[in-house]
Amino acid sequence: MIQSVDVFQDIKTAMPEVATAAFALWLLVFSAFKKHQAFAVASFLSCAFLVGIIVVCFGMFGQYDEPVVAFGGLYIQDYFSLSIKMLIALGTLISLIYVYFDMKQTQIGRFEAPVLMILSMLGMFFMVSAHDLLTLYVGLELQSLALYILASFNRHSYKAPEAGMKYFILGAIASGMLLFGMSFVYGFAGHTGFGVLEEVLNGTTYNVGLTVGLAFMLVGLAFKISAVPFHMWTPDVYQGAPASVTAFFAIVPKIAAICLIMRLLNGPFGGLQDQWVQIVYALSMASMVLGAFAGLVQTSIKRLLAYSSIGNIGYALMGIVAGGADGGASVVVYMTVYMIMTAGTFGVVLSLRKGGVAVEEIADFKGLSKTSPFHAYAMTLFMFSLSGIPPLAGFFGKLVVFKAAVDSGYIVLAVIGVLTSVVAAYYYLRIIKTMFFDEEDAGMDEIQIVPYAAQHGTLVATLAVVVGFCVVPAVLIEYAEVLVRSLF
Amino acid sequence: MSIETAIVFLPLLAFMIAFLFGKTIGDRGAQLVTCSALIVAAVLACVLFVDVIRDGNTRVTEVAQWVSSGSFVAGWTLRIDQLSTVMIAVITIVSSCVHVYSVGYMSHDKAQARFMAYLSLFTFAMLMLVTADNLLQLFFGWEGVGVASYLLIGFWNYKDTANKAAIKAFIVNRVGDFGLALGLMTCYVLFDTIQFDSIFDQVFGQKDTMFDFLGYQVHGLTLAALLLFMGAVGKSAQLGLHTWLPDAMEGPTPVSALIHAATMVTAGVFLVARFSPLFEFAPFALQVVCVLGGLTAVFAATIGMTQFDIKRVIAYSTMSQLGYMFFALGVSAYGAAMFHLMTHAFFKALLFLGAGSVIHAMSDEQDMRNMGGIYKKIPVTYVLMWIGSLALAGMPFFAGYYSKDMILEAAYADHTNFGMFAFWCGIIAAFLTAFYSWRLLIMTFHGKPRADDKVMSHVHESPAVMVVPLVVLAFGALFAGFFFYPGFVGEIRAEFWGESLRILPENDTVGAAHHVPQWVKLLPIFVGLGGIFMAYVCYLWKPSIPARCVAAFAPIHKLFFNKWFVDEAYDKIFVRPAFVLGSFFFKKGDGVIINAGGVDGLSNASDTVAKVLSRFQTGYVFHYVFVMVMGVLALLSWIVFRLGLN
Repeated sequence: MIQSVDVFQDIKTAMPEVATAAFALWLLVFSAFKKHQAFAVASFLSCAFLVGIIVVCFGMFGQYDEPVVAFGGLYIQDYFSLSIKMLIALGTLISLIYVYFDMKQTQIGRFEAPVLMILSMLGMFFMVSAHDLLTLYVGLELQSLALYILASFNRHSYKAPEAGMKYFILGAIASGMLLFGMSFVYGFAGHTGFGVLEEVLNGTTYNVGLTVGLAFMLVGLAFKISAVPFHMWTPDVYQGAPASVTAFFAIVPKIAAICLIMRLLNGPFGGLQDQWVQIVYALSMASMVLGAFAGLVQTSIKRLLAYSSIGNIGYALMGIVAGGADGGASVVVYMTVYMIMTAGTFGVVLSLRKGGVAVEEIADFKGLSKTSPFHAYAMTLFMFSLSGIPPLAGFFGKLVVFKAAVDSGYIVLAVIGVLTSVVAAYYYLRIIKTMFFDEEDAGMDEIQIVPYAAQHGTLVATLAVVVGFCVVPAVLIEYAEVLVRSLF
Repeated sequence: MSIETAIVFLPLLAFMIAFLFGKTIGDRGAQLVTCSALIVAAVLACVLFVDVIRDGNTRVTEVAQWVSSGSFVAGWTLRIDQLSTVMIAVITIVSSCVHVYSVGYMSHDKAQARFMAYLSLFTFAMLMLVTADNLLQLFFGWEGVGVASYLLIGFWNYKDTANKAAIKAFIVNRVGDFGLALGLMTCYVLFDTIQFDSIFDQVFGQKDTMFDFLGYQVHGLTLAALLLFMGAVGKSAQLGLHTWLPDAMEGPTPVSALIHAATMVTAGVFLVARFSPLFEFAPFALQVVCVLGGLTAVFAATIGMTQFDIKRVIAYSTMSQLGYMFFALGVSAYGAAMFHLMTHAFFKALLFLGAGSVIHAMSDEQDMRNMGGIYKKIPVTYVLMWIGSLALAGMPFFAGYYSKDMILEAAYADHTNFGMFAFWCGIIAAFLTAFYSWRLLIMTFHGKPRADDKVMSHVHESPAVMVVPLVVLAFGALFAGFFFYPGFVGEIRAEFWGESLRILPENDTVGAAHHVPQWVKLLPIFVGLGGIFMAYVCYLWKPSIPARCVAAFAPIHKLFFNKWFVDEAYDKIFVRPAFVLGSFFFKKGDGVIINAGGVDGLSNASDTVAKVLSRFQTGYVFHYVFVMVMGVLALLSWIVFRLGLN
């Protein structure tokens, strides 16, 4: 591990964050003075910037064979963080495209939306690169605060502010628990830096206070990834927020949070594995079971996808339970695949408008196979992929996770995973059934298809990944193994 | 592409074209494709016959590698030796006749393309069966003909009886196939290979091997032979598993001629002949084959005597003739059995198609009690039926005479109790055969017309497309016996069969058959003539006799007429208990336990769980916080429980 020596090297190391922060602040000021088309210009500039950030991260890749620690140990840059940042930036880019067109149609678009998304992404960047409990906390809060506002972005609806408010209150409680847990850890180790924590905690014997601290920290983080039983906000917020913002919630922040958990548990808390495994195991199992069963009775597509995301986080956590490079790699693969599938699913949902707003109810999909076969078949593929049917991408995601869990001896968990995915398959397949076999209700409002090429292009791109993944599954899996190695 | 590949795959190609594109090319197109493919195949088969039999070019042609797993290798190969060549020739010639005949016979049907496609599929499967070079391919062909048979028996699937007959044929055959599968597996266990050649080469070395079967030590080769024979019993409708064959007459008549007379039902005979190297070292199995064959010959003939459905009479006759073939196999007269198989294919196909012609003329009437007095109206059919019957009854110089006499002589020449038993069974059956054949002829063609005027006014000779195939078959029925006698069973039989049949020197009954006493050679002819005479007496000159006989021997007639009550007995012993058991499993096992407790139960339970879980989602923030806090408490408790407080 290389220690950064001066402030210039610090800035160079943290280039993505520095650039993002500067851009966000500049964009805020620039857009505030822009009188016309501020939303459109800001969105376009943000998209361009996100592409730039992906390129920057890619360009930095070669220089970080060895992790570099900057800002006096607060910040770390390595393969892992760079790759995940590219993924986050990509997810944000997709979401931003959705947000722009969605808000344009519903006429709630304001330039603050892209700014907030960029700021939220900045928080996620810090989460992924956190090398100190304080960086972790600041990154997390920055990310969350931007999301709270985005959730209530549609001020004209009573649902959106309610969603934002719930999210904020519950998030504040979760942050409190996180801080509470950190204080325990600090009390035990006397330091907040990951490097020191790792040295101190490695080889310590079991200590109740430390473990309680760890548990509270995990509870705080579990809230962010909406793991059961800290998931209660998810369905309400997903439903209340504007559909495109929901897409952003579903696609991006969870990757950052789960990668943060991976770094935290494998780095500083690596020596306490047999303790945190207990917690993550319970979270994983509860999430898979609840995500599968509670989704069965949903009638809203957004709530359904909320429960789907809860269940999917359970599978990702299973990879963390499995541990080791295999487990870590499986998590990265799973989250990547999940991101793409979810992005595609939301792409379909957002393409179908009813009175200008994205469709809300599953019943709105009735007869879609006749009115818009392309969207019906795309949705079918995403749903098959989400239920883990080969040869689509979702199958490989589940496969690597289950394999890692079985190899590490967590067979019960893997079996539960398989069984719950059977249950969950019901609600995914039900959508297909609705599209293909249910007759349109008489007098149902006409579903309009959005005319935007960029949005459809995104949809097609995600579809291509979901279908084409089976051609070269090994590439991503091997790549994931390389990059998680920098965590250990 | 070699000639044998062409023969085998032409029918498959024809099937695919007719089946997949039947709608596009129409009925006429499908008929053209299938018929021409089969005729070409038949011509090629004749070329192959000359090549293999006269020039001795036996060979094994590999089509493709099929299974290759570790040391287990199975190819998709065509074994072309004398035995398979004989079968190929018979199959393709009869099949092409039946194909052409069907064009006329099925001309009023709605699904002619499908029918032709099925016929071709059957032919392909049958060719697969006879050209098999290993057990797996044999099984493939065996099951393939079973499927084709099922499809064709149930071809008129709007008829309930046809569906039932198709299912019955399939299920009864499953019983035999179960034995066959076990037999194939036994061979694999004994010889560690599924290739015919290596099995037959190892037979001598394994002749004393004992085999652990159901906890008993049994002679390995005998066990294998008996299990294989069980398959043959099912497919060839021998006593015990014969009940499906008469019912199979629900299928269109060309099907009965091709599948249930000439080819498929003889697969069992072919199987035993193919495994002759193995059966030779399993004398007990041969005795079983012999006795069962003899019994079947008589049993079926007694039933055939009393039936009134023209097709059923011929069906029982087929069963009886198969019995002959089996007891020939049982006395190691494989050549004689194959000889009879070949001649029988011609004259029985002729009889069936002739019967079809009669049925066609009589506006689909099958009951002989409603026929009579039509010989002047359909003279060609009448003559052809005579030829077929003469051949069947074994009258001199017709095909059946050579083969049937050879079988009886071989049985006599065996000089064992089993051989003698079979011989006398054969003699009785020969009498009965002649009797019911002329009963059929007289009832159908002679006497006063018993049909109503409307039907009688419609009686007409069949079109040329139906008559020409009959003439071809009649040629076979006339000359096949005389022409092939020297090869199949005569002086040059050793060169004719080459390596394809193996007979131990002490078992050479065909050779010994040429030296039996004169009365043995003449007896079948006399009992045959006697049977014909009796038929004339009973049905033409003194028509009151049958009724009086029936009255006098009421119990016996009842027994014969009701087919020895085998169907009823099976119904009581197997079918009903199976239905009871099935409905128990269906209603209690599946309905109550699996469905209510499993499938539906689980999905209902899932729904309940989902409803309970969604009730937590109240929308109130304080409830959510409460759940979170409870979650934290639960997690902490879980940790303390797992890891302790210290």
